[in-house]
Amino acid sequence: MNIFKVLGTKPWQQSGQVDNVPGGEVLVMPSARIGLWVFLAVVASLFGLFTSAYHMRAEYADWRQLDVPALLWLNTGVLVLTSVAFQWAWSASRQGKLAGVRDGLTVGGALTLAFLVLQLLAWRQMIDAGYFAYTNPANAFFYLLTGAHALHLLGGLWVWARTTARVWGGLDTENAEEVGRVRLRVELCTIYWHFLLLVWLVLFGLMLST
Amino acid sequence: MAYVAIADRGQELDHPHSFVTKYIWSQDHKVIAIQYSITAIAVGLVALALSFAMRLQLAFPDTFSFIDPTAYYQSVTMHGMIMVIYLLTALFLGGFGNYLIPLQLGARDMVFPFMNMLSYWVYLLSVIVLLASFFTPGGPTGAGWTLYPPQAILPGTPGAEWGILMMLGSLALFIVAFTMGGLNYVTTVLQARTRGMTLMRMPLSVWGIFMATILGLLAFPALFVSAVMMLFDRLLGTSFFMPAVLSMGEQLETGGGSPVLFQHLFWFFGHPEVYIVALPAFGIVSDLLSVHARKNIFGYRMMVWAIVAIGALSFIVWAHHMYVSGMNPYFGFFFATTTLIIAVPTAIKVYNWVLTLWKGDIHLTVPMLFAIGFIFTFINGGLTGLFLGNVVVDLPLSDTYFVVAHFHLVMGVSPVLVVCGAIYHWYPKIAGRMLNDSLGKLHFWLTFIGTYAIYFPMYYLGILGLPRRYYSNGVTEFIPDSVNSVNVAITTAALFVGIAQLLFVLNLIISLRSGKKADGNPWRATTLEWQTPDTPPDHGNWGPELPTVYRWAYDFSVPGADKDFTPQNEPPAGQSA
Repeated sequence: MNIFKVLGTKPWQQSGQVDNVPGGEVLVMPSARIGLWVFLAVVASLFGLFTSAYHMRAEYADWRQLDVPALLWLNTGVLVLTSVAFQWAWSASRQGKLAGVRDGLTVGGALTLAFLVLQLLAWRQMIDAGYFAYTNPANAFFYLLTGAHALHLLGGLWVWARTTARVWGGLDTENAEEVGRVRLRVELCTIYWHFLLLVWLVLFGLMLST
Repeated sequence: MAYVAIADRGQELDHPHSFVTKYIWSQDHKVIAIQYSITAIAVGLVALALSFAMRLQLAFPDTFSFIDPTAYYQSVTMHGMIMVIYLLTALFLGGFGNYLIPLQLGARDMVFPFMNMLSYWVYLLSVIVLLASFFTPGGPTGAGWTLYPPQAILPGTPGAEWGILMMLGSLALFIVAFTMGGLNYVTTVLQARTRGMTLMRMPLSVWGIFMATILGLLAFPALFVSAVMMLFDRLLGTSFFMPAVLSMGEQLETGGGSPVLFQHLFWFFGHPEVYIVALPAFGIVSDLLSVHARKNIFGYRMMVWAIVAIGALSFIVWAHHMYVSGMNPYFGFFFATTTLIIAVPTAIKVYNWVLTLWKGDIHLTVPMLFAIGFIFTFINGGLTGLFLGNVVVDLPLSDTYFVVAHFHLVMGVSPVLVVCGAIYHWYPKIAGRMLNDSLGKLHFWLTFIGTYAIYFPMYYLGILGLPRRYYSNGVTEFIPDSVNSVNVAITTAALFVGIAQLLFVLNLIISLRSGKKADGNPWRATTLEWQTPDTPPDHGNWGPELPTVYRWAYDFSVPGADKDFTPQNEPPAGQSA
């Protein structure tokens, strides 16, 4: 679909024609997927603004380079593995392998929980090292950014929990409609987790660089 | 591109049975729209009452003991915030958006009805939190609606204890509510349009609401970010925005932060917010003018492009609110340029409204009066924006009543006129009865002339240099005594206009029972919401079968047609439905 072509049509010349039926210029997508992409745009805007605030604040004289806990490298690795696990569940769901979906989802969720615990541990390390939120704006941003990111993961875990319960709690694999619904959910979870991994990499890079 | 959303079709709508699921925990977009509208109008009346407090103080200083400086600044702050966010944004998107999008697009409901319901309840919670701040120790915040730090969170500002916390919390809740609603509006427009309803056949109301929602989804995060960071500063003692401050003779522990950073974040939200309110108004007024002038909208495509262009440009004009903030002067040059550029698509819209009226068969119904009143008010408010958009002209005017007059006319009165016109227009569909016509005309003339009497003199006060925000002008050489006479006149007009709104509320309530029965399409309009089988539309809107759209929304007075309007779902001659 070409947006300029759409905006260029002259609707007053086309009475009678029905031109958004299948085969025409059709956007074939489930609503939930569009809803997720719109939501991701909102989240991107949110973290984009956090990032620009970070950049602008870092210009000021009192900014001290953040002493990033080394633990965050491990956490990043865990989050990458989480995405891999979700990808595994997604491809299993496309091949119709229920066992793979189960394992992928379970591992993905467990790793996410591990990531959150490790992030808390990183907070603990920061606090033990005497870096409180009020010590320096860089530290304040550390808590703010990691906290906001963790809250988004927690929100994702809510959908994950419902999907996983569905998969473990006896999914009727003969029921095409139900299978389709679960497949869509697995897909949306995967996209969401990949997106949050991307956000994390940007945030982590930001904290390492300034 | 919409019809295929097979997953959304043919699904059983959840049919409510009890009173509670039908009218309170309702997932029906029409009920949610009414809930949103009533809440927004109710909280708007509170804000109106607060403006009375301000005006009484300005006209009769030292007369009313209950308006001390603290109460005055609290009134200013709450009036501004409520009007812009909790009234106008909620009413246009939560109210009109919810009602019109599914009905004008031929959908049965929003695509995520449960989230839609949740959106309203979180919005209601945000309103309750906001209003509860009136009853906290210290009262609501008096930081000004822009909540600029450092003063917003320092002791000495009214409401620095609890008020500011509740304000920021309430805003965060509002943003969550808006995001849930906004996801619905955008996805519904993209997915749930009925057969034949292409994007370029959508009524301009939907275009305006659609674009405004996109702006809101991308801009409200900026407010969210600034609110969260300010909460950090206030609660955890961080210094995102807090510079080194001497407060009450003591050096505070904060330091090094940047108040200008807050201003950038705030206005990155704040300017798109102007268009979040304006674009739905633009769209709706286009439809009102077209229907009541029995003429197709002039330049439909240009109107759509202008909406899209304004939406895009609205993200790069924010710093024109900050010419006096001490930012880099080169920024001012850039933002003055973009500000003048955004006037071009806006002017195109104004020309097209006027050209729609030209040689139209104008019916001076109440909605039409309000629509025409909007054009006048918007031009008068908008043209002064060209003054303020230029840095050198803005500098002396920025802190005067000139600005108060400008933004009230352009984003206060103009959208409210559209809201009124729209309610007179769609009330018959919502309630099944007409609003009282004479009462409506009285309401219009009092409001239209009254708002001119309020805001036009403020331009003169502003050019005279009268500072805004001041609790009391005191005795100053450059302020002549006549200023006080003008202030008395303005306050008198404001009280009249405020009380005239009660006529409107009264009309809404009385007509619910005793209004003239409306048939399904009293204005003989073309858009789909007027073609529903029932009035008011039933749950599911369309009966067993969705309408099919054969034409655009503006087939009025088509030469050779047997009547002066052709509904969108009427097949062309020779083609049967």
